[in-house]
Amino acid sequence: MSNVKKITGMRLFLPIFCMVLVMAVNILYDVASGNFALNFFTISIRNGVLYGRLIDILNRGSEIAILAIGMTLVVSASAGTDISVGSVMSLAASFCCMLLAGYGVSSTTDLAMPLIAGVLGGILLACVCGAFNGFLVAYLNVQPMVATLILYSAARAIGLLLCNNLIVYVREDSFKTIGGYLGFIPTPIVIAAVCVVIVAVILKKTALGLYIQSVGINKRASRIAGLNSSRIIFLCYVVCGLGAGIAGVVAASRISSADSNNIGLNYELDAILSVALGGNSLGGGKFNLAGSIIGAYTIQAITTTLYALGVSSDVAPVYKAIIVIIIVTIQAPPFKAYMKKRSAKKALAKGGAAA
Amino acid sequence: MDNNVVLTMRGITMTFPGVKALDGVDFTLRKGEIHALMGENGAGKSTLIKCLTGINAFEAGEIHVDGINGPVVNHSTLDAQKKGISTVYQEVNLCPNLSVAENLFIGREPKTKLGTIDWKAMVKRSEQIMKDLDMNIDVTQNLEEYSLALQQMIAIARAVDMDCKVLILDEPTSSLDDHEVEKLFKLMNQLKDKGVGIIFVTHFLEQVYAVCDRITVLRNGQLVGEYPIADLPRVKLVAAMMGKDFDDLAAIKSEESPTFTDADLLIDAKGLSHKGTIKPFDLQIHKGEVVGLTGLLGSGRSELARVIYGADKNQTGTLKVKGTEAKIGAPIDAMNLGMGLLPDDRKAEGIIGDLSVRENIILALQAKRGIFKLLPMKEQIELADKYIEMLQIKTASRETLIKQLSGGNQQKVILARWLATDPDFLILDEPTRGIDVGTKTEIQKLVLKLAKEGKGLIFISSEIEEMLRTCTKMAVLRDGQKVGEITESLTQETVMKAIAGGGANE
Repeated sequence: MSNVKKITGMRLFLPIFCMVLVMAVNILYDVASGNFALNFFTISIRNGVLYGRLIDILNRGSEIAILAIGMTLVVSASAGTDISVGSVMSLAASFCCMLLAGYGVSSTTDLAMPLIAGVLGGILLACVCGAFNGFLVAYLNVQPMVATLILYSAARAIGLLLCNNLIVYVREDSFKTIGGYLGFIPTPIVIAAVCVVIVAVILKKTALGLYIQSVGINKRASRIAGLNSSRIIFLCYVVCGLGAGIAGVVAASRISSADSNNIGLNYELDAILSVALGGNSLGGGKFNLAGSIIGAYTIQAITTTLYALGVSSDVAPVYKAIIVIIIVTIQAPPFKAYMKKRSAKKALAKGGAAA
Repeated sequence: MDNNVVLTMRGITMTFPGVKALDGVDFTLRKGEIHALMGENGAGKSTLIKCLTGINAFEAGEIHVDGINGPVVNHSTLDAQKKGISTVYQEVNLCPNLSVAENLFIGREPKTKLGTIDWKAMVKRSEQIMKDLDMNIDVTQNLEEYSLALQQMIAIARAVDMDCKVLILDEPTSSLDDHEVEKLFKLMNQLKDKGVGIIFVTHFLEQVYAVCDRITVLRNGQLVGEYPIADLPRVKLVAAMMGKDFDDLAAIKSEESPTFTDADLLIDAKGLSHKGTIKPFDLQIHKGEVVGLTGLLGSGRSELARVIYGADKNQTGTLKVKGTEAKIGAPIDAMNLGMGLLPDDRKAEGIIGDLSVRENIILALQAKRGIFKLLPMKEQIELADKYIEMLQIKTASRETLIKQLSGGNQQKVILARWLATDPDFLILDEPTRGIDVGTKTEIQKLVLKLAKEGKGLIFISSEIEEMLRTCTKMAVLRDGQKVGEITESLTQETVMKAIAGGGANE
C-alpha cells in the first residue's frame, strides 16, 4: 500500500500514467483487430530509415515538444501563456524560406544564400518576436495573454507579406534534411532531443531554474532578494520565441515550403496543453520540464492513435477533447482530494471492521 | 452542553506531513466572552482556527456549535459563516475598490422586486450598521479610502451583521496603532455585551490583559490549559506558552554605549529621497551600530530604509558606502555592497512560498553569486542545516515548503537568507512582528550579536521597548520626513515625545 502511494505521489506519475494509458489503448486496438499485440512498439527499418508508430509520434511531436520547453519557462516565470508561438512559427518559416528563395520567388531548387544563414535568419526573427513579447510583459507589465495576442494575430500576416503573398517552395535537398532524415533517424527527433538536452543541462548547471521559479512564485520578494525579476521574465519569452523559430523551420522543411496559413496553426494550444498535462500549474511557479515534454508527446500520441484507429481528421479533435478532459480531471486538485478522502474512508471502514 | 456555551471543540487532532500540528486539543467558548488563544509560533493557534473555519480538515475530534444538533464539520469558510462562525484576519479580506456598503453586503445584497440590487436600501442599512457601532463614515466611499484600522472594523461589522455567534479575530491589531487598537477594543466590548463569543488571537500580551476574560494556551500542538484571566498573571502566561521561565528581556543589552569614529563609517546618506514616500534625509551608520527608525505607522520609517537599499530608487542625494560613492539602481547593487533587507511584509516581499526552506535560505546568496555559479547542492544543504540549527527553525525537513511553516519560523528563514550572504549592513524591518515572545528575544539577542561582530544594522519596530533594548541611536520620522535623532538618554519618554513632535533635536 505504501509503495503504491510512493509511486502515485511522484511528480511525474500522472504525465507518465497518461502516456501509458494512450499506449494501452493502442495495444487493445491491435489485439482487437487481430494485429500483433505490440504493433505500436514495433520499430523496423524500411527504405533505410526507421519506421513505426512510435517513431512517427516522436517525429511528429518534435515541434510541440520544442514549443513546450519555452512555454514551460514562460508559464513558470510570468504565470501567463505565450499564445503567439504558432504564429511566430509561421513567421519564422516564411522568413527562412524567403531568405533561401529570394524575395518574390515562389519556387526554387537552388538556395539564394547559404542554408545556415536562412535558417538562422528565421530563428533570429522569432527571437525578436519573443523579445517583443518579453518586453511588453516584463517591462511594461502588460498581461501575457494580451501582450502575446498582438503577435498571435500579426505574425502570420507579416510572414505572408514577407513572402509577397505567395507560398514559397524551397525544393532543395539540404533544406529538406531538417524535416527529413539524418541517416536513418528522422532529423526533427534529433533536433528536439538536442533542444531538450541543452535546456536540461542549463537548468541543471546554472541557477536559472531556481531564478525562474522564484520569480514566478513571488516577483517582488525575488527582487528584494537580489534577482532582476523583469530580466528573467524577458529571457523566458526570448527562449520561447527561439523555440518557436526552431519549430517553424522544422515545420517548413517538412513540406519544403512556407505555407503561412497552415504552419503552426493551433500549435500554441497544444504547447499550452503540454505544459498542463505535464502537471505544471498555469498559475506559474514550480515547473517540471520533463512533465511538459512527456505531455507534448502524449498529445501527439493521442493524435496519431486516433488516425491509426481510423478516426477521420475532421472528427479527431472531438475525441482529443474527450481524452484531454479525462486527463485534466484526473490531475485536478479537487479530484485528487476526493480520491484521497475516499481511500481514507475506505481505510477507516476497514479499520472499524477489524476493531 | 452548558447553556452558556456557544462553541466546544473536543480532541481536535490534525497532522501535517512530519509534524503533529494539533494533538487532541479542547477549546470552549462561552457567550459574551472574549477568549484569548495564546501560544508561540507553531503552537497550533492558526491551525486550530483553520480547523474550525473549514480551511483545514481535522482527522479526529468533534466540534459542537450552539443551536446545531450533532457534531459540526465545516468544509469552507462560507460553510462556517452559515453556521455563525465568522473570521477577521490580520490582512483585510475585503475588496478595496468597492464601496463600504458594497463590502458589507457583498454576496447578500438586498434586492428590489425586480431582482436587481436595491442600492438605496443597501446604503441605508449600511449607515445603520455603522451608526450602531459608533462609526460615522461615508459608506458610499471606496473601502481603500479608509485606514487599515477602519477597514478591519468594517470587516468585523460585516461579520457581526451576518448573525455570527462566534467571531474569530486573528491578529487583528498587528498593523494598528495604539489609538486604533483602543477603538477596536471598544467595538469588541460592544459585541461582547451583545452576547457574541469572541476568539482573540494576538501576540501582544498587554492587549490580552486589556480585553480578555479567559485564556487558552497551546504549546506544540497540545493544550496547556484554560484559565480565567485573573488566575494567570503575565509571567505565568509567558511561562505557560514557552514551557519554561524565560530570561529577563531587559537584561540583554550591555549598558555602556559605544563610541564611533569616522573610520567606522559604513553608510553615509546625504539628501536621499523618493518622491511621495520619503523626503530628503541624512543618515550615518557606523560599524557595530544599531540604528532604530521610529515613528508612527506610515511615517516613512520603512520607506527610508528601502531607499538606502534600492528597493525604491533614490531620486535625489548621494549615498556613500564605506567611504566610496555608490550607485544603487536595484537591490542586487546594494547586496553587492554588502547590504541586506528583511522587509516588513513577509508574505508579499519575504518568502517564496512554493520553494523549500533550503531554496529560500540560499536564494540571496545565489543571486549574489550570479546565475552561472550555481551553489553545489552539498553546500546548499550545509548552509540550510547550519541555519536551521543556529536559528532553531522548526521545520519537518529542509525540503519542506516554506509556506507550510508558521509565521515566526518563516521569518527566521528569511533572516537566515540574509545571514548566509554575510552582510556588513543589515536592515531589519519589523523582524519581530507576529512573532512569539521567545523568538522575539532570540532575534533581539541576534541583533546585538551581529552588532558586536562589527556589522551595522537598521532596526525598525512598532514596539519602542524593543528598540530601546537593541538600538544605540534612534532616528525619528514623522509624515515622511526624518525629524531628528536621539543618541543620548534613550528612554520611552524621550522617544515618545520625539514621535509626537514635542521635543528632541528639532
